[in-house]
Amino acid sequence: MTLTVPRPAIRRLTAGPAATLGDHLSVHGELPDMSGEALIDAVEGAGLRGRGGAAFPTARKLHAVAASNRSAIVVANAAEGEPMSAKDSRLLANAPHLVLDGAVLAARAVHADEVVLCIRESAVRAWEAVERAVAERDAAGELPVVARLVATPATYLAGEESALVRFLNGGPAKPTFIPPRPYERGVARRPTLVQNVETLAQVALIARHGAQWFRSAGTPEDPGTALLTLSGAVEKPGVYELELGAPLADAIAAAGGATEPIRALLVGGFFGSWVEDPEQAGTDLGLGAVALLPQSACPVAETARVAAYLARESAGQCGPCVNGLDAVAGALASVARGAPYAAVAADLERWRAIVPGRGACHHPDGAISFVTSALNVFAREFADHGRGGRCSRCSRPSVLPIPASSPIARAA
Amino acid sequence: MSVELHVNPIACEAHGLCAELFPEGIVLDEWGYPIVDERPLPDELVEHARRAAAACPTLALKLRTSGRDGHRTRVQRAPRPIRSS
Repeated sequence: MTLTVPRPAIRRLTAGPAATLGDHLSVHGELPDMSGEALIDAVEGAGLRGRGGAAFPTARKLHAVAASNRSAIVVANAAEGEPMSAKDSRLLANAPHLVLDGAVLAARAVHADEVVLCIRESAVRAWEAVERAVAERDAAGELPVVARLVATPATYLAGEESALVRFLNGGPAKPTFIPPRPYERGVARRPTLVQNVETLAQVALIARHGAQWFRSAGTPEDPGTALLTLSGAVEKPGVYELELGAPLADAIAAAGGATEPIRALLVGGFFGSWVEDPEQAGTDLGLGAVALLPQSACPVAETARVAAYLARESAGQCGPCVNGLDAVAGALASVARGAPYAAVAADLERWRAIVPGRGACHHPDGAISFVTSALNVFAREFADHGRGGRCSRCSRPSVLPIPASSPIARAA
Repeated sequence: MSVELHVNPIACEAHGLCAELFPEGIVLDEWGYPIVDERPLPDELVEHARRAAAACPTLALKLRTSGRDGHRTRVQRAPRPIRSS
């Protein structure tokens, strides 16, 4: 008999309640004074990658903005459009000063005098915590930058880098057809560093403890820890910190385990992939959101709902995305309603081949990749759906969190 | 140096002229939007591609000239063809 004992959880970002400046300093300690160059070197040595989903090396972004030698702007991104993710708003609510530390350090490194904190409009607790934290620092004379809070629309694409920059420039929160890239010309035409708030918090820890310390957790390729949002059929859904490369099963165990037998896990949010076993998840968790789909749920209905949501959340700008995702979602909905999969299989195959890569952003690519993964993992369920009459599992409420679509996403 | 065709998917409104003028490198999908072969164009097709780009009513189709190393050097707006044929 084997007894699986979860490893002790590593707590770095989640080291303790640190909402006030006093708590923050007692949990994390003083921020050492360091030059911008030294910070970029430390971040490079640490091998930190962005925690917003794209996993781009943070030091390369810092370098690119710093190299312009013009007055830059730092955008701390907590637009968090992914419905499966809550980590950014949770981090801001619990440790706003850690994010502010990282933003201030990044500002120094890229010659920025302004930090814009972009917070999803529905994340009220995060907003209040950041507002308090900024006021606290202001009163203590410890805010060397102009800090501005901006509520971002609760759409799937609001956090996409070019959409966020466009929104901050007074436009709609929809992606642009780049170039120029934000690091060249972004907010107010200034070089702009857009970083996910967790990434900035990691920068603040690296500045305190160094690259070696950072690398003492995680794998050589994916060093450090990351925040993970667990949802679905898990005992205690929520946000957990895990060592990159640690088995996903450990995180699930830390969350009290599954509530019922699991059919599959969606790893990496709605642009992610389905796996049938936590061990297949690998070390790349995308933006750190995992949902457990129980055997009692209908994978066809779940997939069709997500596909419909992603089609609705298209920015509506590019023909192949608007038409392609709509067509794919329609076909999946028809199967969910009982039409035979064979009736739409050829269409789906064609659309999956021609839609990716033809939008201004990666929305059509991510949506198609999700659908493809679902069709592969749930091939049996798709083939059998509706064969034996009405699917009894279809009546179950959605396990995957599908928000009501925002009016802004639908506006032209 | 190589020349490639690219479409700006936001600007494109599916007029479809490009596919008529340059079927060698552009086909339309079932919704009328162009699927563009973005590989470097053979020399003998560059002029045809240029005409297709010039005819795009929304200027969504662009010729792009890349250096030998594949690094983008500049974006060309397609000039009007000198001869109409």
